[in-house]
Amino acid sequence: MKSLEELQAIRDKMKAQLSNRGMAEGDDVKIVVGMATCGIAAGARATLKAITDEVEARGMTNVKIAQTGCIGICKYEPIVDVIMPGQEKVTYVHVSPERVKTIIANHVINGNVVEEYTYSHAVAKA
Amino acid sequence: MLERAHILVCGGTGCTSGNSHKIAEEFERKLKEKGLDKEVKLIMTGCFGLCARGPIVVVYPEGAFYQHVKVEDVAEIVDEHIMKGRLVDRLLNAEKEEDGSYKAINDTDFYKSQKRVVLRNCGIINPENIDEYLAYDGYLAYQKAVTEMTPQGVIDTIKKSGLRGRGGGGFSTGMKWQFAHDSVSDKKYVVCNADEGDPGAFMDRSLLEGDPHAVIEAMMIAGYAIGADQGYIYVRAEYPIAVKRLEIAIDQAREYGILGKNAMGLGHGFDIELRLGAGAFVCGEETALLQSTEGKRGEPRQRPPFPAVKGLFGKPTLINNVETYGNITQIILNGAEWFASMGTEKSKGTKVFALGGKINNTGLVEIPMGTTLRTIIEDIGGGIPHGKKFKAAQTGGPSGGCIPASLIDTPIDYDNLIAIGSMMGSGGLIVMDEDNCMVDIAKFFLEFTVDESCGKCTPCRIGNKRLYEMLDKVTKGEGTMEDLDKMEQLCHYIKENSLCGLGQTAPNPVLSTLRYFRDEYVAHVKDKRCPAGVCKALVSFKVDAEKCIGCGLCKRGCPVNAITGEIKKPHYIDPAKCIKCGACIDHCPKKAISK
Repeated sequence: MKSLEELQAIRDKMKAQLSNRGMAEGDDVKIVVGMATCGIAAGARATLKAITDEVEARGMTNVKIAQTGCIGICKYEPIVDVIMPGQEKVTYVHVSPERVKTIIANHVINGNVVEEYTYSHAVAKA
Repeated sequence: MLERAHILVCGGTGCTSGNSHKIAEEFERKLKEKGLDKEVKLIMTGCFGLCARGPIVVVYPEGAFYQHVKVEDVAEIVDEHIMKGRLVDRLLNAEKEEDGSYKAINDTDFYKSQKRVVLRNCGIINPENIDEYLAYDGYLAYQKAVTEMTPQGVIDTIKKSGLRGRGGGGFSTGMKWQFAHDSVSDKKYVVCNADEGDPGAFMDRSLLEGDPHAVIEAMMIAGYAIGADQGYIYVRAEYPIAVKRLEIAIDQAREYGILGKNAMGLGHGFDIELRLGAGAFVCGEETALLQSTEGKRGEPRQRPPFPAVKGLFGKPTLINNVETYGNITQIILNGAEWFASMGTEKSKGTKVFALGGKINNTGLVEIPMGTTLRTIIEDIGGGIPHGKKFKAAQTGGPSGGCIPASLIDTPIDYDNLIAIGSMMGSGGLIVMDEDNCMVDIAKFFLEFTVDESCGKCTPCRIGNKRLYEMLDKVTKGEGTMEDLDKMEQLCHYIKENSLCGLGQTAPNPVLSTLRYFRDEYVAHVKDKRCPAGVCKALVSFKVDAEKCIGCGLCKRGCPVNAITGEIKKPHYIDPAKCIKCGACIDHCPKKAISK
């Protein structure tokens, strides 16, 4: 027999796992990964995996992870958009699994955009 | 493990008959082949509701709503959508947003006007996995009821919510619970009536297939409220998927210690057994159902005593319909006020309808009480196919009546439907257009009840049979105006004198069509004509000599060689040979044949 605590633990665990089943609502964070041929060739799959792992490890239930096609700046892949509720989308480029950790910790959790990984930063430098 | 995408394949009855299991298998194979099986979750859900466009596949988080999916389409969805994030446009719902993008599932016309309370988990969770039910606050309502409320407190909440029985009668659910609670006995029972038998109704079936735990949890709450420790679900054997998922759900709940002695360690024990019905319509009537549950012949008995006083095995028994139970957990969790805020003054909450007949979006819809028939048919249902005209809607199955087009703006609730001579019934809603003959419809439903009458009482057994014979006479053009009056008299007699609900409501389809479509009856009797061209004895097929080009296609299409004629000359149909099958009409390129 499962105790009330055990049942609640199952509820919490499953709730987190099912957070991606449903449309993004008002207060959800959206993370969109470019998964066209160019993105996948540049390692977007590992990036995506890193994002889902990180979101799960932190038990975040308000994040919707989606994917999209090619947006035409293939040399910057893997590209990841982060859309905080009510804010403009921020586009990150060359997102490696290591960068994922920093982006989630600084931007998604604490609200500080990681400027040096953004597309606008990369373009300004080039 | 957090998956980045969820592929939901509909496992309801409609989509299953469209091979959705093969589609799911193909997805599984393809995902494995591409190494995606660890990051994408694939489940089979209950019914999404839009059965007309099945098999349905929904992919989240985009909410992409794929319809008419075939096994061959799976590869494209995996390669394009899952691998590259490009939606497969050709399979999507055709409705678009202003910016040209396709509408996500919840924004489409079909879902927009709906309010899903009972069906909240259908098409969202995997009904064969108790953990997914738990994720959506599963068994929290039971926990709340037992730990925070007294049995009387639970009953008061249900009373205050204004919930009325969804099986058709519309009796106050709270009162029913109160009566069962007040009966003193060493043993009481909670029974779920899942013997859904109306032709064209599949609400209870879909709920049991899509969210079986919701019904189990509600029965546990009812058990706590009235002081019962044993429940029975009486479900039709003709619902194999529902039976299978109920069995799985009961097993899983037992395994978790949710069902059984000392459920969830909260001190109140409850267990549930299934009873399979053998397909008798009368067993949907509560006293007949209880007889059948005991293993006896399914015949109704007189009330009172009501089941709440003397029911199963002679003990006080609470018996509710599947959909009624479907509302309970939400009322406990969200409160009586929340529930009472939906619907009309005397009919609270929502109602599930099985939409069928001459309508574009056949399927399952849940709307707040008080929604008009027009909203259901034109907005949610997408109108009548082939631009035909709406003629009537039939609610309540063989016990209900027809609502004519002139009353299309009636807000639907229990009392309004009765006032216009129909009834809520369990929720079948059959739409009819100008090609339906109302006399024929009445005859169809009456034939059903004549077949299903258990034969115990005379008014139902013989009265309905005689009524049917008179209807048959009318459809053959042999009826008299006197017959129409006699029929009406007989209807009232049967209604007033039958033993159970089956007989008391059986004449309703006849009465309501006589009330709203008397002119059609008169046309059959006086003019010997069926205005809709349905009653075979009254139609004759003719070739319009001016339109006929003598191509001979009708002649070749006729299965009984009733058509003669030389090439390039008008043809002729021999009425003696003609079987009125209509094949010639389908074959004629010039629409020269009429009936």
